[in-house]
Amino acid sequence: MAAGWETVVGLEVHVELATDTKLFSAAPSRFGDEPNTNVTPVCLGLPGSLPVLNRRAVELAMAVGLALNCDIRPSVFHRKNYFYPDMPKDYQVSQYDQPICSDGWLDVPGGSRIGIERAHLEEDAGKTTHLGGADGRIHGAVGALVDYNRAGTPLLEIVSRPDIDSAAEASAYVEELRAILLALGASDARLEEGSMRVDANISVRPAGSDELRTRCEVKNLNSLRSLRNAIDYEAQRHIELYAAGEAPVQETRHWSEDGRTHSLRSKEEADDYRYFPEPDLVPLVPDDEWIAQVRAAMPELPASQRARLHECGAGAEDAQVIVGRGLAPVVLGAVAAGADARRTVTHAVQNLALDGAELLDPDGLASLVHLETSGQLTATQAKTVLVEMCARAVAAVRAAPAEADGPSGSASAGARAFDPAAIAAELGFEAMADDELEALVDQAIADNPEAWAKFCAGEAKVAGVFVGAVMKATRGQADGQAVTQILVQRRNA
Amino acid sequence: MKGASLIAHDVRTGARRATDVLQDFLSRVEAHDGDVHAFNTVTAEQARAAAAAIDAAVDEGRDPGLLAGVPVAFKDNLCTRGVATTCSSRMLEGWQPPYDATVVQAMTAAGAVMIGKTNLDEFAMGSSTEHSAFGPTRNPYDLTRVPGGSSGGSAAAVAAGFAPLALGSDTGGSIRQPASLCGIVGIKPTYGRVSRYGLVAFASSFDQIGPFATDVADAALALGVISGHDPADSTSIPAAVPDYTSALDRGVEGLRVGIVSELAVASAEGQAARARSGGCHPAAGTSWGDGGNTPSGYDISAEAAWLRDGFDPEVVERLYGAADALAAAGATVDHVSVPAVAYGLTAYYLIAPAEASSNLARYDGTRYGLRVEGADVTEMNRLTRRAGFGDEVKARIMLGTFALSAGYYDAYYGKAQRVRMLTRRDFDAAYADFDVLLSPTSPCVAFRFGERADPMTMYRCDTCTIPSNLSGDPAMSVPFGTGAEGLPVGVQVMAPALGEETMLTVAAALERAAPPLSKPLLAGVAGSTGAQT
Repeated sequence: MAAGWETVVGLEVHVELATDTKLFSAAPSRFGDEPNTNVTPVCLGLPGSLPVLNRRAVELAMAVGLALNCDIRPSVFHRKNYFYPDMPKDYQVSQYDQPICSDGWLDVPGGSRIGIERAHLEEDAGKTTHLGGADGRIHGAVGALVDYNRAGTPLLEIVSRPDIDSAAEASAYVEELRAILLALGASDARLEEGSMRVDANISVRPAGSDELRTRCEVKNLNSLRSLRNAIDYEAQRHIELYAAGEAPVQETRHWSEDGRTHSLRSKEEADDYRYFPEPDLVPLVPDDEWIAQVRAAMPELPASQRARLHECGAGAEDAQVIVGRGLAPVVLGAVAAGADARRTVTHAVQNLALDGAELLDPDGLASLVHLETSGQLTATQAKTVLVEMCARAVAAVRAAPAEADGPSGSASAGARAFDPAAIAAELGFEAMADDELEALVDQAIADNPEAWAKFCAGEAKVAGVFVGAVMKATRGQADGQAVTQILVQRRNA
Repeated sequence: MKGASLIAHDVRTGARRATDVLQDFLSRVEAHDGDVHAFNTVTAEQARAAAAAIDAAVDEGRDPGLLAGVPVAFKDNLCTRGVATTCSSRMLEGWQPPYDATVVQAMTAAGAVMIGKTNLDEFAMGSSTEHSAFGPTRNPYDLTRVPGGSSGGSAAAVAAGFAPLALGSDTGGSIRQPASLCGIVGIKPTYGRVSRYGLVAFASSFDQIGPFATDVADAALALGVISGHDPADSTSIPAAVPDYTSALDRGVEGLRVGIVSELAVASAEGQAARARSGGCHPAAGTSWGDGGNTPSGYDISAEAAWLRDGFDPEVVERLYGAADALAAAGATVDHVSVPAVAYGLTAYYLIAPAEASSNLARYDGTRYGLRVEGADVTEMNRLTRRAGFGDEVKARIMLGTFALSAGYYDAYYGKAQRVRMLTRRDFDAAYADFDVLLSPTSPCVAFRFGERADPMTMYRCDTCTIPSNLSGDPAMSVPFGTGAEGLPVGVQVMAPALGEETMLTVAAALERAAPPLSKPLLAGVAGSTGAQT
């Protein structure tokens, strides 16, 4: 950032809400299926079809709004009219001047508070693939195929105020927002896969001023890295324009991985969307009782999770990692169930960057940590069991997708499959008898007389030779610490 | 009992076979629809199978339902699974919906037998059925005249005896006006009373499906079948459906009937005629008061001054005849002013095209219906829409697009919505003092083809019917004698929201008092239905 200037950023974040069905139809809201199979007459905009609002989508929107300290207000859906082949009705149903959530804020870890202008519901469009052009892009294409499976998927657009003053803060805002969405189960919020899409409105102003200068909206930000780089690039571009006596024009720009933004279209060419209230839907007026129900059902939010993890001894960075992975309920639950806090945090940070980790039963994790701290499993064995627990949790959810509450909610007959002691037994992990281990250590000493002499002479690092030998003999099942203890005993004997 | 009610009774009791009933009607269609052109599609084969299934049900001792074996014609903007649903547009020629409209399901479930799909003004935009891409429908009373519109095909089908029942849709009068011009009964229910799911949208906030029948009893029977909450239509009203047929014999004693002053103005020529005949126009001194709002006393601003031109004298005369009949039957009758109706036409012709411009955007050649290939997708859209839509549809799309455009929204669409609120307010005020309101249905009797080629002249056909679409309240047309050249005249009965029962009570009383209507020119046909007792 050039001296004398400050960056001003507002973010528009679209997230796909994690509903079973679409915003206005009963078609599955699911990806990866055969094109144009998850469609109803409503999704295809067939003549005579009518939208029916998805109650679950509204509840998720309200929960996000409440988590962002917004007012939940009566809202109205509008039609945004423009022609595009992947929009089946050639209008998008969206909330316009009366969004369901407005006037909130989000506290970014580290201190700053970012205003939330609004969060509103809208439907997604289908997906167009251009034929004959390079990489499915429109340039040089000879035709196009449209898949309407995504058409009508519920989106929540969360619009911040222009309160963000750096690339780092923008990145932190998105991370915190993502953590909130994950905690609420409102979205899987994956930037790379497009279930979370970030557009940045970027401008600059003289440091200390509170004016808002011409902004550019930058799209195609598919990672936090892109977001940060695009903000830095665009701010610098504005500063250089001002320095040259010019000014940026208000326009939409495309971030490309060559590290630059490119002009897409200017404000003057903008479409007239002819917004008007969607006559096929009635105003959405959540009453106090409904709002209270949604609020009561909300889980603990990341800020509070981090505070409690900190009390468990997790450092700020570890707490952030755990919350970011959506593991706070599992970790805090395991600690509450009596597991050693430090060991539990260590597992979560080091061993649980895994699919299904968030599905772990906290009691199961607590049992596992207990098996380890009581010496019944080695650290290595514990990690192996943990991986297996996650894999089984994922498999269980896939086998019963209708049971949204995860493996802990499945029939008790299946519960044993997630019990770490049972898994350890299945894997053949049993605590080794002391005399058995001692015999193996003695064998290792006998096999490596030179190393033993060095060890006795005080070269502690050669202990690795013996530990390695015992590990080899036990195929990694031995406890390395125990081996070292025996070595010390033998030397001192 | 006659008409559909009698057919259903006879079929349910085994006195007649549904297949025989159907054959009678199919024979009349075959003999005369070449002249009338009520149908876009006649579904004879499918109907025979459906009628046979009804007969089989009766044979097995099962009850096929309230409309057992009653042939029904559906306006061709109601989706019918596997049967072409064209909206009388090149755009949807041959398009077969993969689903049935909720009303089609309801009628079929009640034992009705679909006999065909009826002609309409393209996408229901018009008041004469002249704007059909497949040629006009002719009025069975006079083949040189229009049947009204946009549900002209459904109205003509019932009037010609092609079907005892038909369904249409009413956005600005498209059921009531053709019912009036064809001498039959037509109902526009309360907005939300009947599901719109499967009705191809014209103007969503006005569109409402309703029945055509030869008498009030049949219309009430059909209304009961198609009414009710539908979770697939968010604007559908979750209210229980009363037994409408039980409202028919309640009598009008003590009911308060208001004549809408603004809509009771005969042209100057008509008033002169009335004075000569000593008619009971309030200006000539009547048995009821003027409610402080004589037609000459209300204030119509310059924009709506055309209302002063008034209506066909015979039409207004029949209105007062109807009022006399209700008074004679024990109702109290008075005039009432509903000032906002003077602005109804203007407001409607902004809001309806605005919604239509959005509703009809989807006909872009991408997914279904007509496609005209172009160099790119934009050109394909443009060429498809140019070729697929008729002039009236294009005019309304352009009008609506303009009304919604940035910078014009407040002046046009926004202002029209305020008129709509005023209309509701004025009607609410009127219903504080009156149970039902009366007006003509149409300012005129059936006119000749091409006679109203000027759009404004055509749009004025909807003057009396549009206010109920703006307010969302129920209204119906019931025949009450004839006007110029012996052509049918209808009287409109309006009621507050969900006031269908009272509306039907009054309509039934009018029907009992109505001067006899001559048979249509196809009288030999209608008289041979065998369905009349």
